[in-house]
Amino acid sequence: MGSSQEPVATNLQVTVKATAAAEAATKAAGTALAVEGLSAFFGSAEAVRSVSMEVPNQRVTAIIGASGSGKSTLLRCFNRMHETVPLGRVKGRVALQGQDIYGKGVNPIEVRKKIGMVFQRPTPFPTMSIRDNVSAGLRVKKMKHTSQRIAEIVERALKRAALWEEVKDRLKDPATGLSGGQQQRLCIARALATEPEVLLLDEPTASLDPISTQKVEELVYELRGDMTIVIVTHNMQQAARVSDRTAFMLNGELVEYAPTGKLFTTPTDHRTEAYITGRFG
Amino acid sequence: MSDAVATPPPAPIVTGGAKTASSGGDGIEGGIGGTALGDRIYGGIIWVFAICVPILLALIALEIFLAGWPALHKFGLSFLTSSDWDPVNGKFGAAPSIYGTLVSSAIALIISTPLAIGVSVFLSEFAPPWLRQPVAFFVDLLAAIPSVIYGLWGIFILIPALRLAIIPFLRDTLHLSVIPLFNGPNYGYSMLAAGLILAIMVLPYIASVSREVLLAVPRSQREAALALGATKWEMIWGAVLPYAKSGIIGGIILGLGRALGETMAVTMVIGNRPEIKASLFAPAYTMASVIANEFSEASGDLHLSALMAVGFVLFVITIVVNAIARWLVWEVSRGNKS
Amino acid sequence: MSDNLLRPSTAQKQFTAKAVQSLRKRKAINSLMVGLIIAAAVIATIPLIVITGYLLKFGAGSVKWHFFTNLPAPVGETGGGMSNAIIGTVILIGIASLFGLPIGIGAGLYLAEHKGTTLANTVRFLSDVLNGLPSIVMGIFAWEFLVRPVHHFSAWAGGVALGAMMIPMVARTTEEMVTIVPVSLREAALALGYARWRTSLTIVLRTASAGIVTGALVAIARIAGETAPLLFTALGNQFFSTSLNQPIAALPLQIFTYATSPYEDQNAQAWAGALVLIALIFLISLIARFATRGQFTGTGGD
Repeated sequence: MGSSQEPVATNLQVTVKATAAAEAATKAAGTALAVEGLSAFFGSAEAVRSVSMEVPNQRVTAIIGASGSGKSTLLRCFNRMHETVPLGRVKGRVALQGQDIYGKGVNPIEVRKKIGMVFQRPTPFPTMSIRDNVSAGLRVKKMKHTSQRIAEIVERALKRAALWEEVKDRLKDPATGLSGGQQQRLCIARALATEPEVLLLDEPTASLDPISTQKVEELVYELRGDMTIVIVTHNMQQAARVSDRTAFMLNGELVEYAPTGKLFTTPTDHRTEAYITGRFG
Repeated sequence: MSDAVATPPPAPIVTGGAKTASSGGDGIEGGIGGTALGDRIYGGIIWVFAICVPILLALIALEIFLAGWPALHKFGLSFLTSSDWDPVNGKFGAAPSIYGTLVSSAIALIISTPLAIGVSVFLSEFAPPWLRQPVAFFVDLLAAIPSVIYGLWGIFILIPALRLAIIPFLRDTLHLSVIPLFNGPNYGYSMLAAGLILAIMVLPYIASVSREVLLAVPRSQREAALALGATKWEMIWGAVLPYAKSGIIGGIILGLGRALGETMAVTMVIGNRPEIKASLFAPAYTMASVIANEFSEASGDLHLSALMAVGFVLFVITIVVNAIARWLVWEVSRGNKS
Repeated sequence: MSDNLLRPSTAQKQFTAKAVQSLRKRKAINSLMVGLIIAAAVIATIPLIVITGYLLKFGAGSVKWHFFTNLPAPVGETGGGMSNAIIGTVILIGIASLFGLPIGIGAGLYLAEHKGTTLANTVRFLSDVLNGLPSIVMGIFAWEFLVRPVHHFSAWAGGVALGAMMIPMVARTTEEMVTIVPVSLREAALALGYARWRTSLTIVLRTASAGIVTGALVAIARIAGETAPLLFTALGNQFFSTSLNQPIAALPLQIFTYATSPYEDQNAQAWAGALVLIALIFLISLIARFATRGQFTGTGGD
């Protein structure tokens, strides 16, 4: 405790978004994911300790924290991916638009069709072309599309991922021929093609060069009007640049969760303050 | 915090496909991604295919044992100890065949092991990188030649060479005939011929395993020996080979396993005579070749059963040897990781 | 005792002399052993050259056009061929693959996806044991199991015997290739809503397919030359037959028969057959190598 009302001395270039109006709009937009008492385990080791938070609709929420703080694990609980690792276990409740995704009778596969995910390292399917990669998620949807419709969806997804101009003439080429930054945007397009309600990004720019990073950040900022985005990042400046709300995690605990501007300028917890001023992490 | 906003009702995510909501994943078997019917079917199918392997092995053991039981039952232990293999009179002692298998394999190992280790040491310690690939390729390719082609070469090249040149040289010119091993009539078709061909056939197996383990010896071992002033040979003998010892032994046993079971090449050059003779120049029999040679024209059920029994003995021996080899190589690769 | 380093004492001289002598001896041993090692390397490469040389020498002369088109001639007559044996080998490979590939690939998938379980470890171990089984043992088993009950030899019994030999080889290579596929690829598919079985079949298997195909071709190359399993199953056939229920000719069988025959013309044809068999095996191995080229592998670009 013991933090004052003065802005904490920062060496960050922070875009201050914490105006009352912006936060009020965020509240009015509603909740996409209501997380209650969520705990995640690897066997008996607790990686996420009883986290409760509400992820606002059609906004960008960032989760920051040091390595090992449990932020990626937390993210993977949102689309029921955590349980796919050996000894992965989850307790608690995550409600997507009011329905608990961990409720009885809920099929994790259906959950994942509604919640998209992009991983830290680009993972294009190596045996598929660019076009087939983007449409990969469509193949498991219940609706059968005509090839015309698929082409439209692919184009739209690639445009939203800011990749269309670069690949429109070589959609049939192998996806592995793209650069790292392009592959990551391809993965984003792949996730977008299925029109998810929520998009989860797990350190999406960690393995990218600065220019690709910037492109991805721009497109995240643009997407937020259409969908709910949760982004995990170890880069505080990135969180400050793109997100509306930020959650700070430490040792599996949700230490502080506040509008981004407020968290970075006037954090209420001393641990948050220590982290953002670079005293650890 | 959240005020209700007029959004369209969300599409339900509860579908009929799930049996239970598993929020606990056992990760390893079947629990990944939900217990959908497709997962169950897929998992079941590959499980069935996987257990085909132990089932097949058990089936082989069972069938051959049952087929050989009449002969085993009739002759008891003497089946293994008697050297009277006389199909015409219904006497079946498999000792000559067992003897032949063991001796021919022993010859093969004695000849090929130093050569295999030699060429592997050459490749790992002396050969320049550009020479490694071709030489290794040459040696490994020997394993791709079918047994019957070795036999063909054996009949028309090796046997005449033995009969006309090599055996006379050993027996008479070098006067080795004082040793019973090298004394006896010269037919060409002999235990020695089988041993030589087996040596060539077994060489690539020992060589490739040895090469792998030698290349895996850490540089630090070599550098430490050299830094102490060792000559290159002393480094190899004192630092590199001991480190690779278990792997190389595993490779040798692997080669032994191969030699024990080789059929065609051996049948074509060994002479197929059920006798135990001291001389390497004498024709002989192996377990594999007695089956290959006599099975099609087996005179009667007892003969057939005796051959099956021989097959079972061969089966057991090779399984044990291969299991040991595999365990050794496995232990080595596990040890290397620590 | 010397008080001057420039004038060594007797003891020091003796010690140095011994050290030099010992070093000379060690160097001599070193030269000897290095010589032996190089000799071993040279000797080890000779067999391949010799055998290939004789194959070419004796085989090339007998491989005439009619070798591929004619059936075996009656004893004593020249001009026969091995057309039925070549076709027979192809048919047997086909049956073997139909039987052995699905089981082998399926078992390999199981081994890769259930690594560490007792059953997987047991199956893997037994698979290696099965791999080392003498082919004659497989032959008499196939006879006992597939020929004896129906009282006649058949092509499909031989094919199944060969297929059974393929299973452990294919299972191991499939396991290796599937294991190499990164977990991240599976996760990407799962995150899209793919079910586990779909991920395995459409994403993982497809990514590993080049390696699996190579492994399958290597196994095929190995069984193409096997004789012992066919001795009492396919048996061999002097006439042209593609019937699966009848004995069928095969290259290795024909080579064996002709090599051990007293007729020179047949011996010559044995060499020709050997050359063709080696060429076939070589061809399959080449295709295996090229199957892995030009595939999408790994992540490109930077």
